Amino acid sequence: MTGGALRVENLTVEFDGFKAIDGLNFSLQEGELRFLIGPNGAGKTTLIDVISGRVRPTAGRVFFGHSDLSRLQEHEIVALGIARKFQTPSVFPHLTVWENLELALGFRERLPALLRPLGREGEERIAATLATVGLEHRAGQRAGTLSHGEKQWLEIGMLLIQEPRLLLLDEPVAGMTRRERELTGQLLHRIAPGRMILVVEHDMEFLRRFAHTVTVMHEGRILSEGTVEAVQSDPRVVEIYLGRGRQRGKGQALTAG
Amino acid sequence: MELLLLQGFNALSVGSVLLLIALGLAFTFGLMGVINMAHGEMIMAGAYVTYVLQLAFTKYLPGAKGAYFLVALPAAFLVAGLLGLLMERLLVRHLYGRPLDTLLATWGVSLMLQQAARTIFGAPNVQVVSPPWLNGGLKVLGAVLPYKRLFILALAVLCVVGISLYLTRTAGGRRIRAVMQSRPMAACMGIATSRVDALTFALGSGLAGVAGAALTLLGPVGPATGTYYIVDAFLVVILGGVGQLLGTVVAALGIGAFNVAFELGSSASIGKVLVLLAIIVFLQWKPSGLFALRTRALD
Amino acid sequence: MTARAPGSRLAGWLPFAGAALLLLVVAPLVLSDFRLNLLGKFLCFAILALGLDLVWGYTGMLSLGQGVFFGLGGYAMAMYLKLEASQGELPDFMSWSGLSALPWFWKPFAHAWFAIPMAILIPGALAGAVGYLLTRSRIRGAYFSLITQALALIFTILFIGQQPYTGGTNGITNLTTLFGFSLGDPRTQKVLYLITAVTLGVTYLLLRRVTASRFGRLLIAIRDGENRVRFCGYNPVAVKALAFAVGGALAGLAGALFVPQVGIISPAMMGVVPSIEMVVWVALGGRGTLTGAVLGALLVNLAKTYLSESFPGAWTFGLGLLFVLVVVYLPDGLVGLVRRVGLMGKSGEEGLA
Repeated sequence: MTGGALRVENLTVEFDGFKAIDGLNFSLQEGELRFLIGPNGAGKTTLIDVISGRVRPTAGRVFFGHSDLSRLQEHEIVALGIARKFQTPSVFPHLTVWENLELALGFRERLPALLRPLGREGEERIAATLATVGLEHRAGQRAGTLSHGEKQWLEIGMLLIQEPRLLLLDEPVAGMTRRERELTGQLLHRIAPGRMILVVEHDMEFLRRFAHTVTVMHEGRILSEGTVEAVQSDPRVVEIYLGRGRQRGKGQALTAG
Repeated sequence: MELLLLQGFNALSVGSVLLLIALGLAFTFGLMGVINMAHGEMIMAGAYVTYVLQLAFTKYLPGAKGAYFLVALPAAFLVAGLLGLLMERLLVRHLYGRPLDTLLATWGVSLMLQQAARTIFGAPNVQVVSPPWLNGGLKVLGAVLPYKRLFILALAVLCVVGISLYLTRTAGGRRIRAVMQSRPMAACMGIATSRVDALTFALGSGLAGVAGAALTLLGPVGPATGTYYIVDAFLVVILGGVGQLLGTVVAALGIGAFNVAFELGSSASIGKVLVLLAIIVFLQWKPSGLFALRTRALD
Repeated sequence: MTARAPGSRLAGWLPFAGAALLLLVVAPLVLSDFRLNLLGKFLCFAILALGLDLVWGYTGMLSLGQGVFFGLGGYAMAMYLKLEASQGELPDFMSWSGLSALPWFWKPFAHAWFAIPMAILIPGALAGAVGYLLTRSRIRGAYFSLITQALALIFTILFIGQQPYTGGTNGITNLTTLFGFSLGDPRTQKVLYLITAVTLGVTYLLLRRVTASRFGRLLIAIRDGENRVRFCGYNPVAVKALAFAVGGALAGLAGALFVPQVGIISPAMMGVVPSIEMVVWVALGGRGTLTGAVLGALLVNLAKTYLSESFPGAWTFGLGLLFVLVVVYLPDGLVGLVRRVGLMGKSGEEGLA
């Protein structure tokens, strides 16, 4: 039995008659770091939305171990060990960096327990997470005052401190400088062992540097799956990116180089 | 049979009143998302305009005093519309994107408008003498349908048809829809979105004024007239599904029917309470109202 | 919201100790019986404002129905006092309306051990239920406000319409004694004042504890990003329902303390307009700060009492204008203004959002 693996079966999601995902089958093995790419409107974010409980499937099911995610609410899915990072950094601007992590850490506690101060162990875990994402010097600062890249790291830190089994990262390096992207990529490899990570990413350079296996989505289905090289040389992939690439700039990055 | 006809007409009539007071909100709240707590005072303004015109006609044109009402409808639209325009320019546009603050600030405005009415017209309610040509009623199958109620019904129909024609068939209406659907896109197409906002808000307020003029047929006018209608008006728009003109129509008629039915089974006050509760329970089941689009928007 | 340096902990208590001294010692010595009674009434409003601030300022639920909870607490207390005043007879308004016996649901209110806890529990439970139902179906923001406003309308219509059971428009009045002590006696009123002042102090301290805890930061997080909180693994429904229940219970407590000091409760104190006025207190004082809520309740009511006596028309107009100006220019209220001025003094401090 595939213990903690993620299985998406015949998934269809419709918005007002528009099929964002159309009969999709997808799976992720224990310990895997997978990249998910595809042109705009391919259904990548919708897939993440379904896994994390934001969007209910029109048909089909999503299993995490033995749990049917399509029946659960967002916070119940988090409790199973699935953490999600949003495309735009979503941290709590009026709380400090420390308090943001403290909030993420306390998610398994009962509400009355939150009236008590955080214990020593908790403080150590926050300190350790701050070190992992490199924000020790920002601990007392309000999250709203962080730079874009720092917010992204804080959000990744908020996921890590919950020790999830599956991490869903929606464009984690969007809007980052080259150096920040490099650091994020290294961070990704540091945290990958022992958990599953699914990354939606547009940045092809980042992809080539840090991805092992890649899934390409197109019009709500899986188009191709394999190593970066294999996917890059798949004529169907070249077709959708190049065919559109003549009008749009984004796709050309895949074949250029 | 006669009773059924009468009750059915009653339901339609209550529904048409609700529709009239909610139509303006369908613009300001439904299309623009602005929570205008002074909407009720726009209704009040329209009603007082009618009152003033009735006095003026009786004094200066006693021969044609019944005609005041025909002048009052457009006049109420203009006065309330201008008030709305002023409000949008001076206040509301500084608060776009802050719905709860808009709610609070416009409540402040409503307080001021009520006080203004109290200062000008006095605190007691005033009675508007209905035009004589609307007295009496139409006899159908033994039941008498009052002309006033029929008039309000016709006015509501006229307003709905007018609005939907305006929104779909004219350039101005299409501009409104464009801005409300995608502000940045409309701005890129060269539409002056700020002017459209002002115009939309003025239109919505003007419609409230028309409702106010029509309501003088049914009862007296006072500084607190607006507060009496505001909650109902918002519930109609929410129930119908924000941004859906058809939803507003269905919701108004539906509430009217339930109102009459509940009142038959109990007292007027219990009936009203039951209707409000029914709406809240319904929203539990369908939080975005009768007619809602499923979208991807986060918040 | 940010952690204090250890040295300033004692200094943090100074304003509170000063306020306590002022309210518990100075005010009873200096003020006339009439004014002290008035202040007692304002302190009740301040208790309500603290609850509303928890609900709105911290958790982001703008309740336009807080008057309902205040009224329910007030009616529970008033019915107890009314039954005490009627000395076993049927209360006057009931016999006027043709009732011949006390309705069953009012019977237990003849006992203080039932009536006084119910003055807090009924509004608390109602608020909890409403909060739970609305947040469960993800009704929030302006929709939440408008529906709580409808709630205020529902209860006003109901309490006016059910005259035999509630006293209708006039409400419940002609209350004489509390535990045998005459309500007209200034000494009784002084004790009631002191109880109110102590209750306010205790409420303030408890809420300070709550808002400074991790639970308080969870409330702020829900206010700023409810959906994000869900993806943090929390269920906002339970948290919001709890916060709303506490706000409702505090409003009920305020109502219960209000009635013996003012001698009446009527639908006019629980409807749409008084409910919004309660929001005005918090908005003017400064939402999201407990001090702001208390100050707002005291200042607005002080101004209302004195200005509306001399200039009734100008007062309403001025209140409306003031409110518009505060919302547009001072979204953090008076406390926000003071802080901003204070920050300009010692620049370089962390900016306030």
